[in-house]
Amino acid sequence: MKKNEVPQDESKLEKANIKDMVYAVDENGNYVTELSTGWNPKTIALDNTIKQIEERVAAAKEKVLKNESSPLEYYMELNKMDLPILASYVGIWKWRVKRHFKPSVFKKLPQKTLEKYADVFDISVEDLQHIKA
Amino acid sequence: MEIDFAHKQSAHCENGVVSNLMRHYGFEVSEPMVFGIGSGLLFSYLPFIKVDHAPVFTYRVLPGLIFNRFAKRVGIKVKREKFKNQKIAKERLDENLRNSNPVGLQVGVFNLIYFPDEYRFHFNAHNMVVYGKKEGNYLISDPVMESVTSLTEKQLEKVRFAKGAFAPKGHMYYPVAFPEKLEIEKAIVKGIKQTCRDMTAPVPIVGVKAMKWVASNIRKWPKKVGAKRTNHYLGQIVRMQEEIGTGGGGFRYIYAAFLQEAGKLLNNNELLVLSKQMTEIGDQWRDFAVDASRIYKNRSSESDGYKVIADQLEAIAQREELFFKTLKKAI
Repeated sequence: MKKNEVPQDESKLEKANIKDMVYAVDENGNYVTELSTGWNPKTIALDNTIKQIEERVAAAKEKVLKNESSPLEYYMELNKMDLPILASYVGIWKWRVKRHFKPSVFKKLPQKTLEKYADVFDISVEDLQHIKA
Repeated sequence: MEIDFAHKQSAHCENGVVSNLMRHYGFEVSEPMVFGIGSGLLFSYLPFIKVDHAPVFTYRVLPGLIFNRFAKRVGIKVKREKFKNQKIAKERLDENLRNSNPVGLQVGVFNLIYFPDEYRFHFNAHNMVVYGKKEGNYLISDPVMESVTSLTEKQLEKVRFAKGAFAPKGHMYYPVAFPEKLEIEKAIVKGIKQTCRDMTAPVPIVGVKAMKWVASNIRKWPKKVGAKRTNHYLGQIVRMQEEIGTGGGGFRYIYAAFLQEAGKLLNNNELLVLSKQMTEIGDQWRDFAVDASRIYKNRSSESDGYKVIADQLEAIAQREELFFKTLKKAI
């Protein structure tokens, strides 16, 4: 890639005032660094991933509202987590976390366990028990 | 307390931390040099490990390996500490800062507040330098940022003790002993040899073999897992290849910069020629990213597009295979 070909496309980095540093060749063939505001192919890839996460969050929400799953699953998706990540944050075995996804089991969870989850998601126990429709 | 520390932005965080720490102790080593000597370049495909609901693709070696290899090859000693207890982790950090000792930290990015939301995933192999503490805030030199920043005690503790794959466990590291003169020339040769060996290894999950495996899987995925998941996988490949920290083209441009610097230092013209070839390979990776992104943007499920990019990837694999065989002989 030549220095003057380093893409300067719009991206989500701009609002955080971050520029990506890339390596490129100058007119004399020497390697130099250049800052890039973004590049469309990777913006598309990131948008694609974010869209997927949003779809997962929406699907989880619907499941919770239909009482097919506990709010834990919704908050897990909202925090871009999966089961192993959530389990390691709360320090509870994976299979037990999975069990807590059952609305009937979730309802009977002791306050202490609920607090643990609420802590991980950085919300109140109240919010953990009732998701906003 | 604030340690006089020169922040310099780099493409990749680990190289950047090493390069900045080295400069602090009076050794000027460029980012590409750190990356090349530490044999950072790789390609690896781990279909049996899922991250973000996709198999793992990586264009670089495991976190921490670059610094370890670099240190060993140029003859410096690195101290590494991990902690179970968050309080002790903080005390050890403060102690180092009081001794005017800037330290490298491994952190997770999910709770890194100065990153844009869209970039905050559960990725735990980010690196930064802490170079002081002022009014209860830690002074941070994050190599991917243009300038320095700061984090509160709580914010730093959160990222130091992020959970999930590669959990940092408060991981702190810093060089403790230096030789009188760095053995750069010898280290370059060792670094290149290892990369050549890794890239041409007879194992399906690393190097050009892994690239060929991904290519053949791209042809199969649309039928096997459906267009939607295939596109998600392709998106992951492109992100790993081009996201912050790669320097573009899946680290191939940084490597080309390394070969150029090494060629001049060792008076080896062949390395300069190979640097140019590596740039072309990087360009091919960029083309691959453009074409792959076109497929998932249009959400087209026509298998023709997949076949085209699979062929592209295979062509890159063949070219890299030849490249690393030639590079091995050039050194």
